[in-house]
Amino acid sequence: MKIYADNAATTKMSRKAIDAMLPYMDKIYGNPSSLYTIGQEAAEALMQARGTMAKYLNCTPREILFTSGGSEADNQAIISAARLGAKKDKKHIISTAFEHHAVLHTLEKLEKEGYEVTLLDVHENGIVTPEQVRDAIRPDTCLVTIMYANNEIGTIQPIGEIGAVCREAGVLFHTDAVQAAGHLPIDVEKENIDMLSLSAHKFHGPKGTGVLYAKKGILLTNLIEGGAQERGKRGGTENVPAIMGMAAAFEEACQHREEYAKKLTALRDQLIEGLSGIPHSILNGDAKKRLPGNVNFCFEGIEGESLLLLLDEKGISASSGSACTSGSLDPSHVLLAIGRIHDIAHGSLRLSLSEENTEEEVRYMIKSVEEVVSYLRQMSPVWRDLQEGKREYVIQ
Amino acid sequence: MLYSEKVMDHFKNPRNVGVIENADGVGEVGNAKCGDIMRIYLKIDNDVISDVKFETFGCGSAIASSSMATEMIKGKPLSEALELTNKAVAEALDGLPAYKMHCSVLAEEAIKNAILDYYKKNNISYDHSLFPDCEACGHCH
Repeated sequence: MKIYADNAATTKMSRKAIDAMLPYMDKIYGNPSSLYTIGQEAAEALMQARGTMAKYLNCTPREILFTSGGSEADNQAIISAARLGAKKDKKHIISTAFEHHAVLHTLEKLEKEGYEVTLLDVHENGIVTPEQVRDAIRPDTCLVTIMYANNEIGTIQPIGEIGAVCREAGVLFHTDAVQAAGHLPIDVEKENIDMLSLSAHKFHGPKGTGVLYAKKGILLTNLIEGGAQERGKRGGTENVPAIMGMAAAFEEACQHREEYAKKLTALRDQLIEGLSGIPHSILNGDAKKRLPGNVNFCFEGIEGESLLLLLDEKGISASSGSACTSGSLDPSHVLLAIGRIHDIAHGSLRLSLSEENTEEEVRYMIKSVEEVVSYLRQMSPVWRDLQEGKREYVIQ
Repeated sequence: MLYSEKVMDHFKNPRNVGVIENADGVGEVGNAKCGDIMRIYLKIDNDVISDVKFETFGCGSAIASSSMATEMIKGKPLSEALELTNKAVAEALDGLPAYKMHCSVLAEEAIKNAILDYYKKNNISYDHSLFPDCEACGHCH
């Protein structure tokens, strides 16, 4: 059995998205900046795609900026807010400890430039509160940037409430909605979101394309200088096929959102229940306030990379927050941020489902994870020590 | 692929996994905080390693390094086992990714620690310079 359960990393493209792209490779391949017909046809297509993205985010097409993906959108949103803040001598930014590195590393760069960054605690359930944001806002705060849903543990943040706090305080609010877009209902108007990042390949669109929504009136700082594309805020010929694929995938995801979420939530809860049966295992992040397809566990006494390799042998594609999978010595900063100690964080497993997964696959995954965890524990000196009482269990 | 076929073979079908009850020497290196611990058990008869078993908590290359290293010293005199280097273990596995080389270091050190344990238990005098100081390795510190 082959099971793809790493949809938080990337997704399979939908047929509709692929079909939407093809004509813009070999038929309407003109440059949207060109004046002749196939150029203008491409420009017209871009306008439609912009309209589609705007419709499902509830903003105007002018507020949609096409980027190379979520990371670029995050970088541009944060840098823009920082530059705007500096003009008013406001150089304080609020974020959380478990943001994506596209946000954290941009903030680190700004810290080196003299900005001050406050990273809010996300608690054991992986959720920051609007009260924390309110308490952290200072007269010199220029930006609050908090992710919509976490990429590793899937926990959903109270974005609407945080947006209201920021709006009331007159502070710009950006959210990295890369994991949420197409999977959760988003309304930038209602939720008082000033800037939002999303990435097409997380909702069955193509890789290498995304959107930065920026509310009208926010002056963006260019990351890429060049021509007049994207109202002069991002140089470079638009990736027309990818943008068309993104718009088609986003429309499809938003139209089927409730139906898919219902199916996924049932599969997710079944998987969580099954894996909870493994002794000395623990679910990471709030059990309910999480993305419909996200399951993330720690298993005591084993290491995540070997778990992934053996699951791959059984046909299952999954992910882990262990140090060995990150290529560094430290395990996932997200798991550390919710208070998991290193020893436990190394033994983590993320399974992220899509609507294509089935109940049969969920049953197979539960059985496979049980087998692999038990096999690895048998050869683990940590597990032996735990069993013999020479070491204390961290996960009861 | 991240790993060579040999690494995957030793990872999926590890040789000498287990415990030796009343082992003549036991060596352990690494810690759970860093995500890898290796424990080696030796049975020693007339200065020859007659049996060796290992237990490892760690990634694919840590398990493969333990498996390969134990194969390389099984049946060998202690003097030869002490000459086993991490490089030799990595080479026997057809190479390890650069950031995984410390796994082979752990294997070398675990074996040396197990032999040291045997020497100490039996009051056998030994050349201190042959045994690494765990603190000297950059991993985990």
